[in-house]
Amino acid sequence: MATAEKQKSDVVLKYLRPKKKFPSVWCPGCGNGIVMGAFLRAIDKLGYDKDNVAVVSGIGCSSRLPIYLDFHTLHTTHGRALPFATGVKFARPGMKVIVITGDGDALAIGGNHFIHACRRNIDITAILINNYIYGMTGGQGSPTTPSAAISTTTPYGNAEKHFDPCDLAIGAGASFVARATVYHTPQMERLIGEALEHRGFSLVEVISNCHTYFGRLNRQGDPVAMIKAFKDNAVAKARAEKMTAEELKGKFVIGGLYRSDKTEFCDEYQKVVDAHLVK
Amino acid sequence: MTDSKTAGDAQAKPGAKSKYDYSKGPLPLEINLTWCKACNLCIALCPKQVFEPDRDGKPVQARPDDCTQCTICWVHCPDFAITSNYK
Repeated sequence: MATAEKQKSDVVLKYLRPKKKFPSVWCPGCGNGIVMGAFLRAIDKLGYDKDNVAVVSGIGCSSRLPIYLDFHTLHTTHGRALPFATGVKFARPGMKVIVITGDGDALAIGGNHFIHACRRNIDITAILINNYIYGMTGGQGSPTTPSAAISTTTPYGNAEKHFDPCDLAIGAGASFVARATVYHTPQMERLIGEALEHRGFSLVEVISNCHTYFGRLNRQGDPVAMIKAFKDNAVAKARAEKMTAEELKGKFVIGGLYRSDKTEFCDEYQKVVDAHLVK
Repeated sequence: MTDSKTAGDAQAKPGAKSKYDYSKGPLPLEINLTWCKACNLCIALCPKQVFEPDRDGKPVQARPDDCTQCTICWVHCPDFAITSNYK
């Protein structure tokens, strides 16, 4: 146990871009850094080659993540991380393509791209860091802002219903869907590892804290209080099945939520090419 | 210091600051204070209250003998400022 953990504690530093200035741009205590650490440890455990991994992101706090990583990285326009990633995957089917995206990036501006990437079931791993708000632009309400929550565009409480990204992805046809929180970091690491190994579109939603906007406006306290609240509000999938809908109100289910063995888009496309185009 | 700053846990134990015996080896954890942003997560989440905040709010290993290498501090550190010296 001890030797393995010693390796793990500084394994993250191996994958950081050497010329990048640290500390990172995020607020103190931001969950994005925790996700980055878990993601890098998952990559290290699987032993991928640095040159065989492409990390794509859009715009947002969470999408600042790939600029620190020593892989192939692509920082694209707002919401268009998944189309760019589809292009990378199509040009290089052997490459591991990972999309790091936020809730506003994936579900509002890129909502259409998100459901169509799920529908095609292309072999991309999407890590959706959900902090319930647009953090970078000043705390506007996002599609995942819960009802009655306060943001700078909903100062008297949000009247809208919110998206559940996992339900949306299952409904749209993704073949691996999981949810984790930044408190449950070892579980997040394991789920990201499973998602990377899965062939097909895999979504890992990570519930994260934005104490600078969401926590401050909704009086949820400092990062410690917010992260401890994730511990109290998270329900494991096996336990959630025995609970009533009333008991589950305000809580979220974590763990691997859905998995299926659908055919993958690149494989299907190769079949079409082999059958009709190449003689 | 207010409750929200330390979230209660770090203050629970009275500060019995013993001198660490360096003949046993280095301190259990290495803290990179230039990368640390004083977010207080390691101080509050440590189950053994190994850390105490210094005047900037950055962690100091006040009770290094209590460290059990449970990995919680460096797994939750968003800035990769903590590494383990445990071999």
